[in-house]
Amino acid sequence: MPQISITVNGKVRKARVEPRLLLVHFLREQLLLTGTHVGCDTSQCGACTVLIDGRSAKSCTIFAVQASGSKVTTIEGLATDGALHPLQEGFWEEHGLQCGYCTPGMILSAVNLLKDTPRPTERQIREGIAGNFCRCTGYQHIVNAIQHAAKKGLPKRAKRARRTPKAAASAATGGR
Amino acid sequence: MISSSFDYARATSLDDAIKRLGAAGGAAKLVAGGHSLVPLMKLRLSEPQALIDIARIKALSNISELDGHIEIGATAVHHAVATSKLLRRQCPGVADAAGEIGDPQVRNRGTLGGSLAHADPAADYPAVMLAVDAEIHLKGPKGWRMVRADGFFQGLFTVDLAPDEIIAGVRFAPAPVSAYAKLRQRASHYAIVGVAAALQVNDGTIQSARVGLTGAGAHAVRLSSVERALAGQPLTDAVIASAAGHAGAEVTHLNADIHASEDYRRAMIPVFTRRALEGAMRRA
Repeated sequence: MPQISITVNGKVRKARVEPRLLLVHFLREQLLLTGTHVGCDTSQCGACTVLIDGRSAKSCTIFAVQASGSKVTTIEGLATDGALHPLQEGFWEEHGLQCGYCTPGMILSAVNLLKDTPRPTERQIREGIAGNFCRCTGYQHIVNAIQHAAKKGLPKRAKRARRTPKAAASAATGGR
Repeated sequence: MISSSFDYARATSLDDAIKRLGAAGGAAKLVAGGHSLVPLMKLRLSEPQALIDIARIKALSNISELDGHIEIGATAVHHAVATSKLLRRQCPGVADAAGEIGDPQVRNRGTLGGSLAHADPAADYPAVMLAVDAEIHLKGPKGWRMVRADGFFQGLFTVDLAPDEIIAGVRFAPAPVSAYAKLRQRASHYAIVGVAAALQVNDGTIQSARVGLTGAGAHAVRLSSVERALAGQPLTDAVIASAAGHAGAEVTHLNADIHASEDYRRAMIPVFTRRALEGAMRRA
């Protein structure tokens, strides 16, 4: 089995894996980072979205071996020192989630969007999350949440250190 | 869904990839973004014994202008094509089409070469490659081979590409008066009907036109009767409306599926042909 080395949320993770192991299964089952969800498993719903070398990608549609040598960011890697990432805070403040299943993927797609387009219009936001399905909210509160974060800007670290309430952390990572 | 097992290797160069492909004797497939291949493997519709990963061959992902021609490497991802300043300026229709493929995550991984090799009947790139009269550059154990887009798309998921050849990239002349318009399937964003148009305009007169259609049939085709109706005419709304009016009439065997009937596709071809032509006209 080939040896892979992926930097996940800043930590180098090495493993021997079968080439057919999907990245999402490597993250969830071997690294126990279960914030990344499996939804449709057919590259449509975006619940499995992570960042690979800073760009959003559906981790159900890439083998872990393909990501070897890359940097992967999952929802668990966004908060810094207990301070929510501005997007996590936006989803918290604007009620951008109900069941929470799509939330990690939605937030990572929003990170990708705000990197390319720091001040997006509503239409650009909706296009930016076109690869993520939400079956609860009707999207409006998700759009509001992303606008909230866009207003605050996307610093490397959240400006205002805010203690993460347990419930917020759980909700923003899809809780598990 | 879990694919059948396979061996995995990374190619270090185009020639290394060709050597590995030849050594596997037809049992291996190339992968770059994997956004056509990996879903097929998960469904076990494709069960290659080995994958040769070409995604990290740097030289294959360039987008550049050379000797007055545009070149796009096979592993350029859709996002790179959609946002390339060079392409936005010189071939906006190509950038349009790339920006309409799938969704942001798909555009971050999927590649031009993968889309062309896979030749999904509803893929966006084939129509635009026909419209810009692209040369598709292939390399195999016997060396380079060039195929024009016109002859490349041969049937359903079928292209003029031997099992031991690799698409290295495409090359075409700038087409600043070009656009792409598509009716997309709401969930997958595949083209139900997609039309790419590229016009050569001189002093308000259309010198020549090339129009490519995707999504409607087994493979992308040119709408030659529309092209003929435009050539030599003044570039006006009326000329465009008239030329687009009967678009697709000569196309037989339209697709029909749960998303759109044959009749609906037939009705949409003129609509999206007109929109593509109008989009191009705005850039003249």
